[in-house]
Amino acid sequence: MTVVDLGMPGTRIAYGSGNLYEETPFPEHARSELGNQQMRANIGHATHTIRAKRGRVVGELPDWQDLRDAGSAIKQEVGARLPELLEQFEANVTARGGIVHWARNAAEANRIVTDLVRAKGVDEIIKVKSMATQEIGLNEHLEGQGIKSHETDLAELIVQLGDDKPSHILVPAIHKNRDEIREIFSRRMPGTGKTLTNEPAVLAEAARTYLREKFLDTTVAVSGANFGIAESGTLTVVESEGNGRMCLTLPKTLITVMGIEKLLPRFADLEVFTQLLPRSSTGERMNPYTSMWTGVAEGDGPEEFHLVLLDNGRSAVLGDPDGRSALHCIRCSACLNVCPVYEHAGGHAYGSTYPGPIGAILSPQLTGVAAEQNNSLPYASSLCGRCYEVCPVKIDIPSILVHLRDEDVRTKHGERDDAAAQQRSTVSAAREAEAAATGAQPEPAEHPDRVKKSRVPSEMDVLMKGAGVVMSSGKRMALAEKALPLGRGALKPFGGAKWLPGMVGGWTQERDIPVPPSQSFRNWWRKHGEETEQRVARDLGSTALAPSGPGEAPSSSLAGHIEEHAGWGAEAQAVIRARAGQSSGGESTKSSDATSTGEEQA
Amino acid sequence: MKIAIFATCIVDAMYPKVALATVRILERLGHDVVFPAGQGCCSQMHVNSGYIDEALPVVRNHVEAFTAVDYDVAVAPSGSCVASLGHQQPMVARKCGDEGLARQAEEVAGRTYELSELLVDVLGVTDAEKQLGSYFPHRITYHPSCHGLRLLGLGDRPTTLLSSVEDLELVELPDAQECCGFGGTFSFKNPDVSGAMVDAKIKNIESTGTGLCAGGDSSCQLHMNGAARRRGSEVRTVHLAEILASTRANPLELDQIADLSIPRVHATITPSSAAGPGGAQAASSAGGAR
Repeated sequence: MTVVDLGMPGTRIAYGSGNLYEETPFPEHARSELGNQQMRANIGHATHTIRAKRGRVVGELPDWQDLRDAGSAIKQEVGARLPELLEQFEANVTARGGIVHWARNAAEANRIVTDLVRAKGVDEIIKVKSMATQEIGLNEHLEGQGIKSHETDLAELIVQLGDDKPSHILVPAIHKNRDEIREIFSRRMPGTGKTLTNEPAVLAEAARTYLREKFLDTTVAVSGANFGIAESGTLTVVESEGNGRMCLTLPKTLITVMGIEKLLPRFADLEVFTQLLPRSSTGERMNPYTSMWTGVAEGDGPEEFHLVLLDNGRSAVLGDPDGRSALHCIRCSACLNVCPVYEHAGGHAYGSTYPGPIGAILSPQLTGVAAEQNNSLPYASSLCGRCYEVCPVKIDIPSILVHLRDEDVRTKHGERDDAAAQQRSTVSAAREAEAAATGAQPEPAEHPDRVKKSRVPSEMDVLMKGAGVVMSSGKRMALAEKALPLGRGALKPFGGAKWLPGMVGGWTQERDIPVPPSQSFRNWWRKHGEETEQRVARDLGSTALAPSGPGEAPSSSLAGHIEEHAGWGAEAQAVIRARAGQSSGGESTKSSDATSTGEEQA
Repeated sequence: MKIAIFATCIVDAMYPKVALATVRILERLGHDVVFPAGQGCCSQMHVNSGYIDEALPVVRNHVEAFTAVDYDVAVAPSGSCVASLGHQQPMVARKCGDEGLARQAEEVAGRTYELSELLVDVLGVTDAEKQLGSYFPHRITYHPSCHGLRLLGLGDRPTTLLSSVEDLELVELPDAQECCGFGGTFSFKNPDVSGAMVDAKIKNIESTGTGLCAGGDSSCQLHMNGAARRRGSEVRTVHLAEILASTRANPLELDQIADLSIPRVHATITPSSAAGPGGAQAASSAGGAR
């Protein structure tokens, strides 16, 4: 990873730990998930519904592209001024009676929260839906410490009661249908029993009754935050159900865990994000509940407010100019809802708390791509580009995926040994710390099958090297293509190939290979390139075949048209000049077109 | 106008008839087509697999090949490869510390068009029947491959051209904007997900009742065709260039689509180049096709 000096000499890069690892390589994990037809049907239905809703509400905003630009610019500013903004934020939170804690990684954050809960002498907490606490594995950690946490977001509750894992950022139980939810509730919610039906309203009412008691009885709440305003010290949570607001206002103590990238410089910046976020995530024009709080206020809400600012790899991401825009993410999950890989493989296939396209770039960056647990995620994409098209803060996910693939190849080629060693030791240290806290045996840091074997070139290395040699010369291409008739001769009797060995066997697992052509275009053109007149005559028919002198147009009506257009020079030249001029200015016309018109294509 | 054709590696080696179709369309409009002999690949396979260092010589070769010859514009029958020139080649050169090459790559990319882009934007073709004599009396559907759609923003250019072909009926493809699942080395690194994606694509094509899907990227078509065959589906694909090149006098027949070779009628010696027996044969077969 290219590391930029952030002005902190001697600082070791702190990589992230917690629920960020994909323990089984993506292709294998995806293969088993693909067999779950119920899950695929649920996700297919849900993502198509949200996608359509999003398309409608985004389509009605004439300034959507400007909003995206603004969102991206504000987040870029946050990255550029992060140390200064964090200090300003801390000062403002403190001035308003909040207490700020700093956590370098998951283990530190978990320890801070545990100590705060213990200090209150309670063994139960309620929680607002939060990605940061999923990321650090707070619930599991607290459970190991004898503290029970109750998720209050309906979908998180379904996942928690079902002893399951979230599979979507916004809709964690997207893989469950109402029958499955009914089953979980009747098993885990006291008093529901057999009377529970699968009607959404009935299920919601059961959850409401269950949660009301928790809200009233519990004195400590833990939340995440969507935004933290540096200039005022204000925190913001946006949600749909109102359960979050209950947690933020009823308990005596509120503990918020917030990733350091969630800052916004100014209160006015919320104007942009409160438009971008609900339209991108739930397909709503406005989210139902927006809670904001600044420190503590006597007689209103929690008496004590703690803010845990979490790094967990974010500084490392910020240090990489080619990958840092992943920190712009506002967790809307629009990229998940349009991603065909996510749609088929589902969220669990990504292993980490962050699934889908954003997860494929964020998880490996937080842990470092050299942490081998995450090095198959950057390949979990066909690079179709839909994620970039819908991203409200314009994270160029496909380009970052390519960048991370490059980093992965360099790591495997031994060009990133120092970073790799550090990332691997982060994994081991985090596991040991977690094991010590919960009293369990530490898992081995390396999946035995995934320990790097040696620096012997892989099949992929050989393929890429060989292809590179052939494809970087017209002469060598021509020579290689002389073998086409051999392939044709060999495959023709079978109508193509159905099996290939080794790595490329992945191709023939799903597809046949056709019988190759008898010769390449290049080699054919050498003999036939000059036959323009014959080609035109053949295509235009016998009228055009009438003997004509050189330079005379064929005598069909089409030929008349051609003659007529022979003078297109001026107009076409203007088009070409315009585009060539733009492209030499550094940014090609095409890329600027793609970003500005991307949405209209959706 | 002098137009350089960038055949792209996959078309050059596996679908030469698509490059020929591109040439035929341009020549019919009265342009000179040149084939820069040094050309190889756009480097996309290397870049998308993360092999940036190995991509550098491929990029350099492309830039050299397309600066060594004189032409007004270049064209490629592939949205993906054209997008790679502008989006990836300068990035590769910069990552490898060659700013001069990056600028040259930008210059070449600025002059290189995807086929439908060139026809509509530069050559002013919007009515394929009237302006190209295109004739294809079949019902088809159309899959807009991802990079043409999203990186180049081709929009309705390809479908404008297709729907103006004489006797062609274009049926809309459900979920047309979904990726077919090819994705270069993704197709064999994640074969199961890729397979699930192409399943969905094939089902959508089948639902149109056309059995034939046009597109602008041969690599996606290689994947879709191969997957259809493997699944015993009747679905076949055909390149946009082949449909536009097809005329009443020299029509593309459905039974020719499966063979990837350059059609015999173009491969044999032609009538006016010689009075030999081969010439007579070609002339009669062209007439016969009519």
